[in-house]
Amino acid sequence: MTPVIHLEQISKMYDMGGAEEVHALRGVSLNIQKNEYVAIMGPSGSGKSTLMNIIGCLDTPSTGLYEFNGINVSDMDDNDLAKIRNKEIGFVFQTFNLLARSDALHNVELPLVYAGVSSSERKERALETLTHVGLGDRAHHRPNELSGGQRQRVAVARALVTRPSIILADEPTGNLDSKTGEEIMMLFEELHRQGNTIILVTHEPDVADHAHRTIRLRDGKIETDEKVTKRKTYTAAEVS
Amino acid sequence: MYFLTELKEGLAISFRAIRSNKMRSALTMLGIIIGIVSVTAMATAIDGLNKAFDRSAKAFGTDIMYVEKWPWISNDDWSTIRNRPEMKLEYADLIERHATLLDAVAPVVVSRRKVSNGNQSLEDAFVTGTTASYNAASGNTELDGRFFSQEESSGGRPVCVIGATVAETLFPIGDPIGRTIRIGGFPYTVLGVYEKQGGLWGRFTSDTRVFVPIHSFQTHFGGKHWLTINVRVANLEQSEEAKLELEGIMRQARRLPPGKPNDFNINQQEILTSTFAQFNLVVAGIGLFITGLSLFVGGIGIMNIMFVSVTERTREIGVRKAIGARRRTILMQFLIEAATLCLIGGLIGLVIAFILVQIVNAAFLPASMPASVVVIAILVSLLVGVVSGFLPAYRAARMDPVEALRYE
Repeated sequence: MTPVIHLEQISKMYDMGGAEEVHALRGVSLNIQKNEYVAIMGPSGSGKSTLMNIIGCLDTPSTGLYEFNGINVSDMDDNDLAKIRNKEIGFVFQTFNLLARSDALHNVELPLVYAGVSSSERKERALETLTHVGLGDRAHHRPNELSGGQRQRVAVARALVTRPSIILADEPTGNLDSKTGEEIMMLFEELHRQGNTIILVTHEPDVADHAHRTIRLRDGKIETDEKVTKRKTYTAAEVS
Repeated sequence: MYFLTELKEGLAISFRAIRSNKMRSALTMLGIIIGIVSVTAMATAIDGLNKAFDRSAKAFGTDIMYVEKWPWISNDDWSTIRNRPEMKLEYADLIERHATLLDAVAPVVVSRRKVSNGNQSLEDAFVTGTTASYNAASGNTELDGRFFSQEESSGGRPVCVIGATVAETLFPIGDPIGRTIRIGGFPYTVLGVYEKQGGLWGRFTSDTRVFVPIHSFQTHFGGKHWLTINVRVANLEQSEEAKLELEGIMRQARRLPPGKPNDFNINQQEILTSTFAQFNLVVAGIGLFITGLSLFVGGIGIMNIMFVSVTERTREIGVRKAIGARRRTILMQFLIEAATLCLIGGLIGLVIAFILVQIVNAAFLPASMPASVVVIAILVSLLVGVVSGFLPAYRAARMDPVEALRYE
């Protein structure tokens, strides 16, 4: 089966002016299959942000091959990358990054706006997704009228609404207290159970423990790539 | 379809952005408002001037030529023209006898005299001596009553036709026709009253004139006056030929050998209109340039505020790009925002200009804002928005999503 993500000898160099070059990634190769739940870990400076940006099609590698669902995206132009991000990738950020002046419903609608979906269908799908993350009754609240956990749920709904191939979460619990953080992790667990592919970027082992597979980066290289044996799981009762 | 969705979204974003920065938006718009008010006011003034000119030029008649000693507009040396021989009354007879392409010839002499009716009087009215052909050989035709006849004219009868202003002054109430007025002390009976002409040059219109038979004029006011011969071209399509024929007759009458320049002028309305058109072009050009500068300054204000807006929303731009906004979409979003600001400013400016024009219309001069000015003002404000919004929008569109998302 074609992996969702296929990276082959990916390197990323940053030109710091003059002869100086920073190697953020040095020959990273990995495959991620459909419905995997992967945590990418590493200390700061290990290259995990760069890897996330490349996987998320926000950035392109300097060298190497990146295939997304079998399609080469390593040398796509800005517009094609935008299309991939829109249709195939759902981003969840540490700082939520919701539009402050728009209500929850419109925030969730936004990716569909850029996908050119008609207004009535947009509203319907956005509301459906908001309900799915448990915020059906908060559709017309603005971000500042929602709690941190609720904001992150809106962001998750925004990531989900286009039914993307992967959900890419960058420290999704970083700005939440541990209880709400746990709630968000439960939500990811459930999404994974429903068949979504989830890639989690974090430096907290606690959070990474939820994943099925952990990739550790150090100095721009993969240090370890292993299945998680003693995973944190929730009972069915806890999830619901 | 996609474009429409984008446009709707862009408009929604713009209105939210403008609403959440009310003070800033209002101040920025003020620049555009002032620009549009001054440009539309200027355009309306120019248009008004044009219309007033057209109305006035009609008084001269398109088919009438005026044979005179003096040109209406000239760059020639004043003294050489002054030394030309005077016009003579017999030229009128010569033209009448020889011309084939003209159908009316009327000599016209003018003197300023006091006209009165009892206590009502008008100092310095233009008393005009002419023949029965005058009404045909002039731009004024709308007449209440009648013009004097050939018999009255050649018989030197004490009859007259008066202009609208003269009639209003001498006869505040009642019909002047049939009444007797005094011109320079001599009694004349009013046969007709011209309708009001208005326009830019009161003295060239019939409004302040009193027309009397040329023979009566000579008897009462003397013979040495500035003489003009009015002629009417029979067929407008042959006006060039008619002018040549007239020139030939006049040269013969003046006994000018071939090679000598004309010592008379054949003046036409066209001379005025073409000169005015040039003058008007210069006035319009300078006026619109100066007022356009204020619009330009307004545009710079828009550009400035859009740069601020783009920088402030760097993170938002990053988010939008991350979830799939293309460069073009971001470009459009900010262009629409700039255009919306300008358009709102432009519309407010138009309303203010419209009110100003109404005030001017009620208080000073007849003025109206032409529809073309309204349409152009709206298009111009849109254009200013798009042009001044382009650089900021382009910068936003070009942002690197990774950098933008990291922006604090």
